[in-house]
Amino acid sequence: MSLNDLIFLLPEIILATGASLLLIAPVTGLRDSISAKWAMIALLIITAGSLLACSWAVPGMEQTAGFARMFALDAFSIFFKLLFLFVVAIVVLLSDDFLRESRYSTWEYYSLLGFALCGMMFMASGVHLATIYIGLELLSLSSYILAGYYKNEQKSTEAAMKYFVLGAVSSAILLYGISLIYGVCGTLNLLDIARALSTVVSNDALMFGVILLACGLCFKIAAAPFHVWTPDVYEGAPTPITAFLSTGSKAAAFAIFVRIFYVALPGFHLDWSMVLATVAALSMIVGNLAAITQESVKRLLAYSSIAHAGYVLMGIVAMNVMGLRGVLVYSFVYVFANLGIWSIVLMMKRHEYAGEKVSDFEGLHSRSPFWAFSMFVFLLSLGGIPPTAGFIGKYFLFYAAVQAGFGWLAIIAVLMSAVSMFYYLRIVVAMYLRDGKEADVTASGALKFVAAVCVVATIVFGVVPNDLIDQVSSSAKGLHNKGAVTRNATR
Amino acid sequence: MTPAFAVFLIVGTIAVASSILVISMRNPVHSALFLLLTFLCVAVLFVMKGAEFVGAVQVLVYAGGIMVLFLFVVMLINVRHLPDEKVLSNFWKGGFAVGLGVFILFVAVVRPGVYHDEQLDKSRLTSVKERIWTESHKNPGTYTYRRVHRTNANSEAVGMALYTDYLVPFEVASLFLLVAMIGAIVIGKRELSATEEETAQQFILERVETEKEVKEAMSA
Amino acid sequence: MLETAPSTDAYLMLSGTLFAVGLIGVVIRRNMITVLMAIELMLNAVNINLVAFSHRLGSLEGQVFTIFVITVAAGEAAVGLAIIIQLYRLKSTINVDEARMLNG
Repeated sequence: MSLNDLIFLLPEIILATGASLLLIAPVTGLRDSISAKWAMIALLIITAGSLLACSWAVPGMEQTAGFARMFALDAFSIFFKLLFLFVVAIVVLLSDDFLRESRYSTWEYYSLLGFALCGMMFMASGVHLATIYIGLELLSLSSYILAGYYKNEQKSTEAAMKYFVLGAVSSAILLYGISLIYGVCGTLNLLDIARALSTVVSNDALMFGVILLACGLCFKIAAAPFHVWTPDVYEGAPTPITAFLSTGSKAAAFAIFVRIFYVALPGFHLDWSMVLATVAALSMIVGNLAAITQESVKRLLAYSSIAHAGYVLMGIVAMNVMGLRGVLVYSFVYVFANLGIWSIVLMMKRHEYAGEKVSDFEGLHSRSPFWAFSMFVFLLSLGGIPPTAGFIGKYFLFYAAVQAGFGWLAIIAVLMSAVSMFYYLRIVVAMYLRDGKEADVTASGALKFVAAVCVVATIVFGVVPNDLIDQVSSSAKGLHNKGAVTRNATR
Repeated sequence: MTPAFAVFLIVGTIAVASSILVISMRNPVHSALFLLLTFLCVAVLFVMKGAEFVGAVQVLVYAGGIMVLFLFVVMLINVRHLPDEKVLSNFWKGGFAVGLGVFILFVAVVRPGVYHDEQLDKSRLTSVKERIWTESHKNPGTYTYRRVHRTNANSEAVGMALYTDYLVPFEVASLFLLVAMIGAIVIGKRELSATEEETAQQFILERVETEKEVKEAMSA
Repeated sequence: MLETAPSTDAYLMLSGTLFAVGLIGVVIRRNMITVLMAIELMLNAVNINLVAFSHRLGSLEGQVFTIFVITVAAGEAAVGLAIIIQLYRLKSTINVDEARMLNG
């Protein structure tokens, strides 16, 4: 560990220090939630600034060998870290109202959010299974606590409990997979695993280890056979935290999914691709079909997020440049559409659990046309309809699947996207064609800001996606150069 | 059969038997005590594989820390009324099936030859980096590091690895423990209701008085 | 004892058994505290694997990773028990399937 290495770690160090300072701030007499919010936003901005500065400074620097085996600050991780910072900043803005109205402590909430972000950043940068695992656990533990933050509400505590039990079991399964991979490859560093695997012929123990690892990761991204926790947790958790779980922690899980499978296991692709393809197909089918009958918006979005996990898995199954870009683009556009929807849901707030029913959206158009239109745009983006950004993401993923010879998977995905439009349109119909019986929407400035930013981004990236695609291509390049994405995907 | 294998058989049997008892006991206190026994057996297994430091940590953290936490919570939550209730959940048949399936799969992958080549030289488990004063002509009079093997240096070797190569995950682990502490406080702390908070002073005084009365009643 | 220690395969069998017992415990028990103990069993099984491989490969990585797993187990136990206590305060029960507010 040298002084240079500290520069690689600087954003994380700043963030962790800041999050710890947030904890002791109330002792100094700052108690109100407004200053907590601004302190957190300032911390996020400083972290983002330091991240950009580091990304500019780092390419010419030497890492200590031992440090480089643990942690990489490459273009791929910088892309995801900036995305995480954005998500958390939005979640802070969304949390504002709910914290002011409830009597739960504000500073601890933001501090936990900061530590969760720290875990996500280590996940994005980890190139060693130890770093990835401990980052994942840091994120998960913070999420369990945040999901149960309405601790005097039974729903919230139950959600925390379910999330905790299933999360702990899934990480035990993931660990068993890691231990088998360690036994077969003799190392935990991703590049060394890839190197060791180049001499290993496919064998049962390795196959089994990879499947267990994939099971654990599929739990974290809420893919189909491991999705049972998702609707319950999304429904029970405080709405801003639901927004965080469905965007931020999901994107982080995708980051490590991509990193592990693209860097460490490409040589072993033929063996696991069928398993993951099945999981992807199952997620799309189960998620979309179950979403149709849901009355609660939170549960509906939970099932739709299961389906979206299936779409992204296609990009990992495809194992080609297109797929890698697709995962990055999709995580990016999905974040905007989803956060936008959650901000609208929060606007419909009438009590602690807000905008619960689809019927709550009835007549939104006549009450506030602009927000109804925004919701419409977000739903189109989730459905993947052309003028919105969601189309670009889906295009990349579907194309990658076809290119890799998974035509049947792409067909299922297209069919299921059509099904998904059905339940998205249910909300649209409720907004535009039904009469509302409830009072006005109550939107604070922060919520309006978030929704406006998201709607602009969703449309802009949908109409002129070139910059985004260029950025994503350069971010993805580092990964598949290092991992040498093999072309054995195309059979 | 070597003596080591005999020890393994005995300790392993105790570990498995007590782990089965952990999940089949009605009373959580009994489960906790059998869990303690499992942990101690596993620690013995660690030491047999040359992992002395991990064995010690296993005893200290699991047996010393986590067990006490479990027993504390079991005592805090009054479990006296639990034994009358149903023990098994509604899908216990499925649970057994899944467990047996996993067991068969796990045992099936244990086959010689599938794992990475065995390293006969075990000295790396106990070798540490040592700072030495170089006397060579190349660059005399500076410190360099050299790997040396010492018997019984496992703790030193693990510590060296933790603080050099594994520094990043090690620091993240410290953040993890901080979050666990915050979380346990945030979730576990009893929130006063609005009226209680207003009259907190009075509330505490009242409680002290009731306690006094109870004590007097007890001593009387 | 180090030279004559039983084979890696024997350790893997044992760890597989412990893991399966833990998994069964998680699924079949209703009492949350016992479920948490079963999770600890699963983590311990992983540790046995890692230590056995570490000895076999003559590399310290497995032992160091075990330390991290133990740390995580401790932190998770603390938070899990806090959630259990809070659930008990709200509902006076610590049974998994009586948490029914969320229709799943």
